[in-house]
Amino acid sequence: MQFMTILWQEYVIFKRKFWSTTTGSMVGPVLYLIAFGWGLGSEIKVGGTGYVSFVIPGIIGLSTMTASFSNIANSINISRIYEKTFEEFMIAPLNMMVYAAGKITAGALRGMYSGLLILLLSLAFRAGVRIDAYFIAIIVLNCFVFSALGFAVGLLIDSHADMGKFTNFIITPMSFLCGTFFPLDKMPFGLKQLIWVLPLTHTSLGLRSRGEDPLSMASHLGILMLYFIVFLFLGARLCKKAE
Amino acid sequence: MLVFENLTKKYGDITAVDNLNLKIEEGEFFGLLGPNGAGKTTTIRMLSTLTPPTGGSISMDGRKMDRNLTELKAKIGVVPQHMNLEGEMTAWQNLELHGRLYGLRKELRRKRIDELLQFTDLSGRAHEPVKNFSGGMKRKLMIARALMHAPRILLLDEPTVGLDAAVRRKMWDLMKELNKNGLTVLLTTHYIEEAEVLCTRVGLMNGGRLVELDTPKRLIEKTGKFVLEYFDHGTTRTSFFNSRQEAIESAAGMEGSVNIRPANLEDTFIKLTNRKVGD
Ligand SMILES: Nc1ncnc2c1ncn2[C@@H]1O[C@H](COP(=O)(O)OP(=O)(O)OP(=O)(O)O)[C@@H](O)[C@H]1O
Ligand SMILES: [Mg+2]
Repeated sequence: MQFMTILWQEYVIFKRKFWSTTTGSMVGPVLYLIAFGWGLGSEIKVGGTGYVSFVIPGIIGLSTMTASFSNIANSINISRIYEKTFEEFMIAPLNMMVYAAGKITAGALRGMYSGLLILLLSLAFRAGVRIDAYFIAIIVLNCFVFSALGFAVGLLIDSHADMGKFTNFIITPMSFLCGTFFPLDKMPFGLKQLIWVLPLTHTSLGLRSRGEDPLSMASHLGILMLYFIVFLFLGARLCKKAE
Repeated sequence: MLVFENLTKKYGDITAVDNLNLKIEEGEFFGLLGPNGAGKTTTIRMLSTLTPPTGGSISMDGRKMDRNLTELKAKIGVVPQHMNLEGEMTAWQNLELHGRLYGLRKELRRKRIDELLQFTDLSGRAHEPVKNFSGGMKRKLMIARALMHAPRILLLDEPTVGLDAAVRRKMWDLMKELNKNGLTVLLTTHYIEEAEVLCTRVGLMNGGRLVELDTPKRLIEKTGKFVLEYFDHGTTRTSFFNSRQEAIESAAGMEGSVNIRPANLEDTFIKLTNRKVGD
């Protein structure tokens, strides 16, 4: 089972770096929770609820996005350009689709791990988050979407500096604008439509979908799914052609 | 059997490998020699399907090499020129990963890992992360890894660079032993001595072209096995001898510092090209 082999390898490395990974992936969310939850949250109400309960789904969305994306994008990029460990997989009698599936699943699991950490943290902040199957499905999909994107980007970009640029110009703006910290309808016309198209927006909307009609709830799942398929396809193509 | 047919690789304006035609028979120990940038690594990379040729082809047992032909790839073992072990994993885990990727059963993996770690004197360090290893230890582990799945063809890209003399000898013995048991070996090296000890046939590459193809003995006879370097009127001069003794005798009357060393590829190569120009 080569798929399991790839997960096994990721697990071995995850285990070795367990504490630094765990503490590292809590720093961001804790700061967001303090700044936007405690700092601002006690004063502000959004859409009838307290700001803390509003912002936590946003923080979960953006943190699982960043964790899934950056972990796999950097690991593929470094293994391809600097450590050359990527070659070991290219030389092996391994179908590159299996490699893609394994890596993307590992990245998504890593994202889910940080999602779990934030849920635990938010308990500490005593913010009531209602977790149901739909909520979990959105998080899982979000992790797969950005893990697949990270996989493709890690293969596409040929230097570590450009990886940083991609994060600066694409990932970070998304993490602030896609309905994570404030509702989308505060946006001016034009920008709002642009942001509506982005995947993280549908994660934020999905995670706060209480009271939405079933059709738009389904549309969030559908759009995320579509993104996942597109990124997966792109990653698989790049992987087949990689040198 | 490996057949390279009009094999060409271009990177922009650079022709890394230029119309290479070569047959390597089953069981051969073939050496590719050449100075830096000759195209040795590029040839090996095309053979291991890491990079596709720009023109021509490589076939193995009559089938054209392709990245998607996993049965063919399973028969090849590769020791790349640069270190590419997983530094965060232990030696044992690196070998285990390789064994799993090549579909070896658990008992066989355990058995081969033990054997190979023992052979490379790494048993005592088996459970240490590879990033703590010395350069030579990493290289030994890479050789062990390439042998994990008992390949039929072994590609070695400068496998003994960075190994101390004793380990290098041991590696040579191992490679010879493996070759005697039927393994086909394709080795690249800068050391003509290494090619002499190991290879049944040698191809000399320069600027992407195969410029000589012969047994090592005959290649070395064309130049001389030992070099005497001496300083003369502001320039370093070299002369070639067939034995260290002859070189020493010739150096006996010289003043200043002289240096006698085994000839390497650069010497051979320069001499061969000079001879061609002089013809
Ligand atoms: N990825 C690449 N992009 C551009 N040029 C390349 C690439 N790889 C190799 N080359 C060029 O191809 C030529 C052959 O390189 P190659 O690495 O095959 O040489 P080599 O014989 O292995 O040399 P060395 O003894 O230094 O290892 C060189 O001119 C090199 O610059
Ligand atoms: Mg090389």
